[in-house]
Amino acid sequence: MYGRKVKLRFLFVVLVLITLILTAFLVLKSLEENVVYFQSPSEIKALSELDKKKIRVGGMVKKNSISVNSSEINFIITDFKNEINVIYKGSVPNLFEEEKGVVAEGFLKDRNFFSATKILAKHDENYMPPEVKEALGEK
Amino acid sequence: MLFSVIGHYSLIVGLFFGLVLVYFSAKNFRNPKQLDTKILSFTFLQFFLVVISFLCLVSSFVISDFSNETVFNNSHTTKPLFYKIAGTWGNHEGSLLLWLLVLTLFILIFLVRTKNQPNKYRILTLVFQQIIIIGFFVFLIKTSNPFNYIYPIPTEGLGLNPILQDPALAIHPPILYLGYVGSSIIFSSVLAATTLNFVSKKWASHIKKWALSSWIFLTLGILLGSIWAYYELGWGGFWFWDPVENVSLMPWLALTTLLHCILVLEKKLILTSWVIILSISTFALSMSGTFLVRSGILNSVHTFANDPERGLFILIFLFSLIFLSLFIFFFFHKTSKNNLVSFFWLSKETAIIINNWFMMYFLSVVLIGTIYPIFLDVLSSQKISVGPPFYHKLIIPFLIPFLLIMAIGPKLKWIKSNLDNRIYLISLLIVSILLSILIVKNFSSNFLINTILISSALYLFFITLRDFFNKKFKNLAQNTAHFGFSLLILSILFNSLFSSEIITNLKVGETYENTKAKIVFESISQKEEKNYKSIIGNFIVQDSKGKIENLSPELRIYNQPNIATSEADIKTTLLSDKFMVINIVQNQDFFNVRYQVKPFMLWIWLSVILISFGGMMSFVKKEYEK
Repeated sequence: MYGRKVKLRFLFVVLVLITLILTAFLVLKSLEENVVYFQSPSEIKALSELDKKKIRVGGMVKKNSISVNSSEINFIITDFKNEINVIYKGSVPNLFEEEKGVVAEGFLKDRNFFSATKILAKHDENYMPPEVKEALGEK
Repeated sequence: MLFSVIGHYSLIVGLFFGLVLVYFSAKNFRNPKQLDTKILSFTFLQFFLVVISFLCLVSSFVISDFSNETVFNNSHTTKPLFYKIAGTWGNHEGSLLLWLLVLTLFILIFLVRTKNQPNKYRILTLVFQQIIIIGFFVFLIKTSNPFNYIYPIPTEGLGLNPILQDPALAIHPPILYLGYVGSSIIFSSVLAATTLNFVSKKWASHIKKWALSSWIFLTLGILLGSIWAYYELGWGGFWFWDPVENVSLMPWLALTTLLHCILVLEKKLILTSWVIILSISTFALSMSGTFLVRSGILNSVHTFANDPERGLFILIFLFSLIFLSLFIFFFFHKTSKNNLVSFFWLSKETAIIINNWFMMYFLSVVLIGTIYPIFLDVLSSQKISVGPPFYHKLIIPFLIPFLLIMAIGPKLKWIKSNLDNRIYLISLLIVSILLSILIVKNFSSNFLINTILISSALYLFFITLRDFFNKKFKNLAQNTAHFGFSLLILSILFNSLFSSEIITNLKVGETYENTKAKIVFESISQKEEKNYKSIIGNFIVQDSKGKIENLSPELRIYNQPNIATSEADIKTTLLSDKFMVINIVQNQDFFNVRYQVKPFMLWIWLSVILISFGGMMSFVKKEYEK
């Protein structure tokens, strides 16, 4: 009987280990593939190589830069050192305004053009995404 | 002014009573023949003081007493009365006071309802609960006092964030907190029971009720938040895998697992260590949920500007509680030796344990996805975010065995079992597979995974549906909850497979047309309310079958604070929702229009209600049997 119990314990421990390793492996692998990095316009300018992966760009919407036609919204994100043009097809959040913080998610076309797939909403007028705050430095 | 003074001093006296209670408990613990009546009266007094303090805050909000900082920051005279009251817990200070209120209420209920339990256990539970309560008192008074003064007294408040001025979100925090805080009783009681070596079948059936009630509230609380996000945030989804949503899902997963383990424990005295660990983690996750949301650490669309220093207190408090509980677990917990564990692979408990495994896996995926960005930021100051694809990829494949075991598991008997009615089980499986092939047929991408997913969900659906008419099968509560779950998964799958969306920018009078629908932007009208102005767009939508629908989404511009919010117009029918939201783009004539057709939206909500109804049935049933 004792032997059976030990065997059972052993089986249990092995199962736990296998699950843990499998979980860790799956999670890490898909983190690698699905993580979205945040970059400021200046960081994009400094890129040596353009990444094909999805990224987020954050900064301020430049004054008088928003223009709209029936299918697209175009605007410029600036961190007061560099800027990047954004082309966006989709719906905008309520707090999307000129001279307000913005985070756009999408793909880089080149160092000056960003094609956004999503613009993130914020709930609070005074709230600025931490990344934007950092990207803007002391401003 | 007066209310603030009363409220503040009630809190201080309440804290003092907490210390008094610990003292009395220690005295009573040595001679536990009878529960000292002083303990009961002081617990009641403490609860009463917190009620007074809470009512004072509510009153300050109702009369718009702007000498109170919390009221000044979160209220405005033009706000409707309902939102003045709801504003009480729509902010950090008030919501913590609400936590405290529920904490003291629950320990009072616990003491009253456990007369037939050993006194030592009751006293010890009280002590552990008081440790939590005292911690919250100190936290509230030191770092987030809801009764701070401002001088000179402002004439007008800053107003409540308009996005929170919504009936669903007004009752969302209290319901959610009832669930969160319910886990604190489980936590205290588990610690007490471990210390006294009282973890038994009798204990399990008594704590089951607490687990059930907090599970019901947590489920409903998450549902309310999800419904709110659906119509208020204007994205047309119900779950975004946003960190703030995840932190409410994690305690739910842990609590659901715990609930099932307690069921096993009630029948067979196994899994005791597992139950203890789960109880501790449920509470730790509930508390860190509050901590993460309120500290501003999470980078989330729901984050409100906040003070990170408060987070440190909760973090230290949380870690000392976890440390205490681990200490108790390792030094007091004795595994019962005379209880020989005999597992047979085909039994109810094996099914439950396997699904526990999956639940823990889901929990770790959500946990890692939520906190990994924080760690990476601290370690390498790289900013990242983890989006829905991560969660979908890791969770969806494992739902398939999860659903299948959920279907078969309840059919098995405890300890050792055979599968009866094999023919009927297999034929139902074949029917489900055929049916799902028919459904997915026209949908080209991911054919295989979708078919398998829908088949397994359908399988659970059919099996639970049939059991409603099976007289031999008595566990109606469990069957209802599982049926609800299958319905939820099915609705979510159909919803994501068959949703369609049009996003375009339109001027008044313009028309958008594609193969699926024609949208005419007829006109705009304006409306003036007490605390906001609204612009209403009038749209006529014609679908491919020629059916015409009028939709009038609204754009509200609040005067204090000056924020615009979109109010989606949703036409709900039994089978699908038509959802439209507009937004104005600055300095332009164009309106940003989003139109979505979302099938089975209503069923997502209904199935979650059904799931929690299953919990309620189980709750009532136990009462009744006693």
